Amino acid sequence: MSIKIILFGKLADIAGEAVSVDNVADTDSLINALHNDYPEFAKTKYVIAVDRQVIKENTVLSKKSMVALLPPFSGG
Amino acid sequence: MSDQNLYERYHRQIILPEFGEEGQQKLLKTKILVIGAGGLGCPALQYLTAAGIGTIAIVDDDVVALNNLHRQVLYSVNDIGLSKAKRAAHILQQLNPEIKIISYNERLATQNALTLIDDFDIIIDGTDNFSTRYMINDACVLLNKPLVYGAISQFEGQVCVFRNKKEEDVNYRDIFPDPPKDGEVLNCAEAGVLGVLPGIIGTMMANETIKMITGIGEPLIDQLFTYNALNNQVYILKLSARKETRSLIPKDKKEFLKIDYEWLCAAPVQQNEIDSDIFNRMMVKGNIDVIDVRELHEMPTVNEFNHIRVPLAQLADNTSLIKSDTVIAFCQSGKRSLQAAKILSGIFGNSKKIYSLRGGIVEWKKHQQPV
Repeated sequence: MSIKIILFGKLADIAGEAVSVDNVADTDSLINALHNDYPEFAKTKYVIAVDRQVIKENTVLSKKSMVALLPPFSGG
Repeated sequence: MSDQNLYERYHRQIILPEFGEEGQQKLLKTKILVIGAGGLGCPALQYLTAAGIGTIAIVDDDVVALNNLHRQVLYSVNDIGLSKAKRAAHILQQLNPEIKIISYNERLATQNALTLIDDFDIIIDGTDNFSTRYMINDACVLLNKPLVYGAISQFEGQVCVFRNKKEEDVNYRDIFPDPPKDGEVLNCAEAGVLGVLPGIIGTMMANETIKMITGIGEPLIDQLFTYNALNNQVYILKLSARKETRSLIPKDKKEFLKIDYEWLCAAPVQQNEIDSDIFNRMMVKGNIDVIDVRELHEMPTVNEFNHIRVPLAQLADNTSLIKSDTVIAFCQSGKRSLQAAKILSGIFGNSKKIYSLRGGIVEWKKHQQPV
């Protein structure tokens, strides 16, 4: 199962606007896989959204799940 | 203003069926506080002033710099070195003399935040750093003040409305519980920003504010709106309140006053600050103009190295005295010289290297070998 992840801000600078991760069942394993592929992600603060809902706990993914990672912005 | 003039000024929005005279009256009765008169603050202030918000207060301790003008569209070259809050208030008052505009040329800090915020109906966060943003969020939760939030980075922007009416309402810490530390995010100076982006996001903040006041449409309550200026992608995230967030927000005013938000966010040291050692090494190299920006009567006197004396308030008018390509400003403690460095950077841009002596002359004198 391949999950598409939409990236924002600094994360998009690192990996492009979207990446895919294969064979992950939930958000914890997805984040692990991403941190493996892009070690700089681990040093960045961001929030995870599944199907446009911000989540804080590990969440089960289906192949239709839409995941987005969004860092905070401070500029004004 | 006569009722007839009032009607005419706001006629094109009053005739909107959803808006009407009732909507206009609501705007005229509302008091808002805009924190930060920069990239987001300028467009938000322009539209809110034009729309006829009854009272608008502006708080900002910064001065206008040349590198602000590509996005902070209220100001002109004549404003460089002048207080943003004061200039913005003056310019906006000309746009709409019928409303009350107040300027606070000061930095929002824990000591003044609660008193200031408590006086207003809606708070607009157009600041440029995490420490102030977390402080504003916590203060608004404590005081039950609606907060219109906007933030930008490079080509992307975020907008959100936090109602802060009830315990279960979402606030910023429900999205990002703790402030990022050094290096976890880019700041504007490092990352850059497309000038028109804060124009779009700041204008959206004004729109959300007007919707909140008049009750029309659907404000971005419990939703984080994101916009990418390069590809026009809009992405809206749904937010929900979390019980755990409550423990992160100070319980009362007393606890709020004890929090060191600057430390919490590990605000990076200003890049153009130099310490006494580097200062001495630069002095050995030479070809530097050193400026004492203290008032002329201030002690201790400095006769250890050549310098010119131009008090901070007169600095912007006396830049012709500066000849070298490297400039170091100093003062008593290093605070005014930072402001001086900012003013000079605004005037000279990248044509000169401008520094401020950290800790001021007091710290420098401590580091010198006894003669």
